Amino acid sequence: MMRNKLIKITLALICVQLVGCANLGVQPWERDLLAKDEMALDSEGNDLGLDDHIYFSKEATSGGRAFAGGGCGCN
Amino acid sequence: MQLTSKNPLTSKMKKTANINTALAAATCALLGTVPVAQADEGVWEMDAALLYYGETDRVTAVEGVFSASKDFGDEHVFSGKIILDSLTGASASGAVAQPNAQTYTRPSGRGQYVVAAGETPLDDTFHDTRVQLEAQWTQPLGDDMRGSTGVHLSKEYDYLSIAVNGSLAKDFNQKNTTVSAGLSLAFDTIDPEGGRPVAFSEMVIDQGQFANEEAYQAVFDATRQEGTDDKSTVDLMIGVTQIINRRMLMQFNYGFSMSDGYHTDPFKVLSVVNDQGLTQALVHEDRPTERTRHNFYWQTKYALDSGVADISYRYATDDWDINSHTIDSRLRFNLSDNTYIQPHFRYYQQSAAEFYQPFLLEGTALPTFASADYRLGEMTAYTIGLKYGMKMPSGNEWAFRLEYYQQDPKNAGFDEPGALQQLDLYPSLKAVIAQVSYSF
Repeated sequence: MMRNKLIKITLALICVQLVGCANLGVQPWERDLLAKDEMALDSEGNDLGLDDHIYFSKEATSGGRAFAGGGCGCN
Repeated sequence: MQLTSKNPLTSKMKKTANINTALAAATCALLGTVPVAQADEGVWEMDAALLYYGETDRVTAVEGVFSASKDFGDEHVFSGKIILDSLTGASASGAVAQPNAQTYTRPSGRGQYVVAAGETPLDDTFHDTRVQLEAQWTQPLGDDMRGSTGVHLSKEYDYLSIAVNGSLAKDFNQKNTTVSAGLSLAFDTIDPEGGRPVAFSEMVIDQGQFANEEAYQAVFDATRQEGTDDKSTVDLMIGVTQIINRRMLMQFNYGFSMSDGYHTDPFKVLSVVNDQGLTQALVHEDRPTERTRHNFYWQTKYALDSGVADISYRYATDDWDINSHTIDSRLRFNLSDNTYIQPHFRYYQQSAAEFYQPFLLEGTALPTFASADYRLGEMTAYTIGLKYGMKMPSGNEWAFRLEYYQQDPKNAGFDEPGALQQLDLYPSLKAVIAQVSYSF
């Protein structure tokens, strides 16, 4: 099943990343790359919001990154 | 529309990751002093965007967004957003295509439209303008703790949504780990043009059988319910954001959503077909009044030497039996110090709702709930796009985005009688998305 395969791939990716980083985190002076604007989780806020609106209107699932409910009568 | 287009608390990672702040904190720690609170006010940061969304032969939407945020000192941040959108065009009514032309009554009850033989029935009366307002306030609450609260309002001709939200976030482990929890309450009111149809009532089509307009109107009105209806939604979300190393950070969210009230789409119908596959009647759909959803979301960002990889995966499941998988990736490549390109790829797959049916069979018992809305059916979809951004000498930034979106509905295992076998009951939907953004 496609779904099982996807779940396995995702779990494998998470495990690889976690195992590869036994010491999670950085010292304050090691934040040079993380401090860049484009590394912020919402660096493209308007794009993400517009995408959420399109997919909310056209698909049965919403949310994940932000709250799922409420909204509009959009078709 | 989402209640908030971003998570204000975890997005603060950007602020806390500011190298100057980090260095200042490190210096203070070395000197053994307590940092004095900085009361400097920031400047307004503004973003504007204009989006065009156009489906082949169906809906066209134009949406404008203006957002602004400002740090009023000590990380007391206000952010606001105004969205205006306009929608025109045609939307699939839920009825099946037929080997002959079909006549339908518009949802308002005034006027008819004809769909040609072999064509997917599209209701071409959609025309709506919507305004959305959002305001959010975020501030520190003691050491390593932040609180955020906001309101959301969306209003269109026949729909109103009002929501409030509140959340808390706490940093641990030298701000390498942030744990957050949020709550949102939404209240929606719907008052559709032509009224809310009675569940499974038959569409009244004037084919000359009525003595006069009043006689038609009386029969039409009998298929409608009086007054407005509403829906309330409670959303809970907990999340963890973790800095993995100098290049990578990750976010995990779990979202729980429970809604109660009117979930039916008042404009959608189902065809009732005979064993030849020929439509005998059209009835209005009916959906359950409750829905409980679970969302699992994982996102990671990785800083490349000259760019950023952003990949996310979402698994969603609900008590309507809709399960979905979404993979979204954006890969930013810096072309120079001031320009970049960013390919975007998204893949989506969902299973059908338990009450989804592409049509009803004549002579069989009516189900408790039924909808032929293809958006509740089985489907896959993908988006492929490219964005180009350039920073001006002033520091302001222009960005242009062009994307292609395609949905491919699938037959979730329904046998098609007679004439329906020769018709395309699951047509693909194709759309172009174009956007211009300016940040200043």
